[in-house]
Amino acid sequence: MIRHIVPHPALSVMLLGVWLLMANSITVGGVLLGGAFGLILPKFTEPFWPDRPRVRFGGALLQYCLVVLFDIVVANFEVAWLILFRRNRDLRSRWLVIPITLSTPEAITVLAATISLTPGTVSSDISADRKSLLVHALDVADAAAEIARIKTRYEARLHRIFA
Amino acid sequence: MTMVVEIMVCALVLLGAAFVLIGSWALVRLPSTMERLHGPTKATTLGLGSLLVASVFYFQGRLGVWTAHELLIALFLFITAPISANMIAKVHLHRVRIGAFEEPDTKAGAPPRPPGEGDWATFEAPTRNTQASTANT
Repeated sequence: MIRHIVPHPALSVMLLGVWLLMANSITVGGVLLGGAFGLILPKFTEPFWPDRPRVRFGGALLQYCLVVLFDIVVANFEVAWLILFRRNRDLRSRWLVIPITLSTPEAITVLAATISLTPGTVSSDISADRKSLLVHALDVADAAAEIARIKTRYEARLHRIFA
Repeated sequence: MTMVVEIMVCALVLLGAAFVLIGSWALVRLPSTMERLHGPTKATTLGLGSLLVASVFYFQGRLGVWTAHELLIALFLFITAPISANMIAKVHLHRVRIGAFEEPDTKAGAPPRPPGEGDWATFEAPTRNTQASTANT
């Protein structure tokens, strides 16, 4: 019954949150209007996400966000260092092909976006059979170690979130 | 505004500006398209993040209110930056494939093919039937 009225609770909460952030204040009118959007929009856009995966909101997701934020900060300094002080001919940039075991498009999208956001790596493409990800790395000494790091640090955690 | 807040805002603005500058400098000095892509998409995430945090503290110190819509800017940036980087990378893959470059363009060389039969998804329609593609049939 509740599923029928709120088909996508996470989206509803997010719409309300974004609405309040945009208004930049918490007023009764703002909460009501945001709540109305949160109820109406998921209902109308329900056909857009058939068979969406169940996402576990909780410790795993929070931990993942913190790990990614930490990595972004650390790696930003590393890349800034590379840009300023590494000579072009010493740059060890290379392509990485990362085998992925995540199955749902949503989970793969999050992984690819994470790889792109953490500095030093850009996810470029996915193979047509959805089993590997093409990633360009700015400076990597050991390709196998970097692939293993991405798999254990991000992919393993995403497996726990997208059950 | 108290002295402490002022110093914090100054430090954050300078840090943010420095990272944005380094990201732009990367565009000038890195050797090829794929390497240049790293500068503006990444070094700027922390740069812009610092500027946004500085904005939050500034308005707190100046007007005494906590503002939060800076978070939205960060959210939209985090959603859109990987997508534009991905689009540029895909265009680069196509340009390499049609031989637009006389010499190997990137230091990393030509992109490898994925293991197995298929090709990358920009060159070929997805082969494996997934939930998303079977849902409409």
